[in-house]
Amino acid sequence: MKNVMRASIISLSSALLIASAISTLAAGSEADFKAAYSAAEAANKEAGALRNQWTVTAAALADAKKAADAGNFDEAVASSKEAEALAKASIFQATSEKEAWKALEIR
Amino acid sequence: MRSAIHFASAALALAVLAFAAVPPVAADAPDPVADAKAFQKYFAQKFPKLKLQDFVNGPYSMNEDMHRQWEEKEQFPPYEFSLDMGKEMFSKPFKNGKSYADCFPNQGIGIRQNYPYFDEKEGKVVTLELALNRCRETNGEAPFSYVKDEMAALTAYMAFTSRGKPFDIKIPADPRALEAYQNGKRYFYTRRGQLNFSCATCHVQSPGERIRAEVLAPALGILNAMPIYRSEWSGMGTISRRFATCNSQIRGVPLNPQDDEYRDLEYYLSYVSNGLPISGPGARP
Repeated sequence: MKNVMRASIISLSSALLIASAISTLAAGSEADFKAAYSAAEAANKEAGALRNQWTVTAAALADAKKAADAGNFDEAVASSKEAEALAKASIFQATSEKEAWKALEIR
Repeated sequence: MRSAIHFASAALALAVLAFAAVPPVAADAPDPVADAKAFQKYFAQKFPKLKLQDFVNGPYSMNEDMHRQWEEKEQFPPYEFSLDMGKEMFSKPFKNGKSYADCFPNQGIGIRQNYPYFDEKEGKVVTLELALNRCRETNGEAPFSYVKDEMAALTAYMAFTSRGKPFDIKIPADPRALEAYQNGKRYFYTRRGQLNFSCATCHVQSPGERIRAEVLAPALGILNAMPIYRSEWSGMGTISRRFATCNSQIRGVPLNPQDDEYRDLEYYLSYVSNGLPISGPGARP
């Protein structure tokens, strides 16, 4: 009887732990999305200040928002990360072109 | 010996001072006259069979078949409706009784070749599209969209009255004008968008080549034909529309029409085509 009780307690505890882990995971995904989206938005804003935003960054941000609205946080995080990578590439482009454009000039 | 050392030190110090007093001349200091010469020479060498004034016909100047197409098109030009509309709009008075003619030198006739110009009061480049909207606003009218038919019609009519007149863009002795020119040049050669293209990638490195079904126009004379009827658009397009579309095609977010960068770009591109005749309104595939 003691063993049965112990097993039940262990099972209950395990179930509670798993449930708690799943809920933490779900909440974490939404928080992850918010963090990833905000980082992507900040990078895109920086690209805007350099007058060099890309249309694909805006599209990836829109995809992220749409996925988050549908509760698909994994996809929302992936799209946000893609948007951030694209925005960072556009910043790199604008920064390197400050001097690199001269190589194309007709002289 | 000591005096000789003092003399040498003084001479050295003087030499250093003399060099320091000379303002540094950057190796890449803007020289619009040299730029325009090099620009026109580049295209003349790339297309040795073409006369300089033929560059204003864009892709239609690039091969014989296309040139024949252009000649046939010119029999019943697709921009004719826009031209008629522009003429009517131009002569119709505003509600206050004034008209576009009151806003421009020579009543706005035959002046397209002088736009854009650098306005020393404002310290900025003023394009024809911008001047037209400012004229409307000064006379209590709402401005037109820079990318739609009304603006295309007005500029089509004004270009038509300047046909054959050579571009005559001036850079006044004002450092701000030179800076605007240089900014326009930088914009033209700067790679942007996810495709990592600059204006020059298509219109300097690859004119006459195909990009999908289109034949790329040479940058030389590209604005002389504006505004244009584009079969691809099934309608007319202004310079503002052309710049914005180029940006989107390379996956860059276009700036707002008539933002400083676009005004400066138009200034640079027009200046390097000085001497080539206005041929607008034009038609393109």
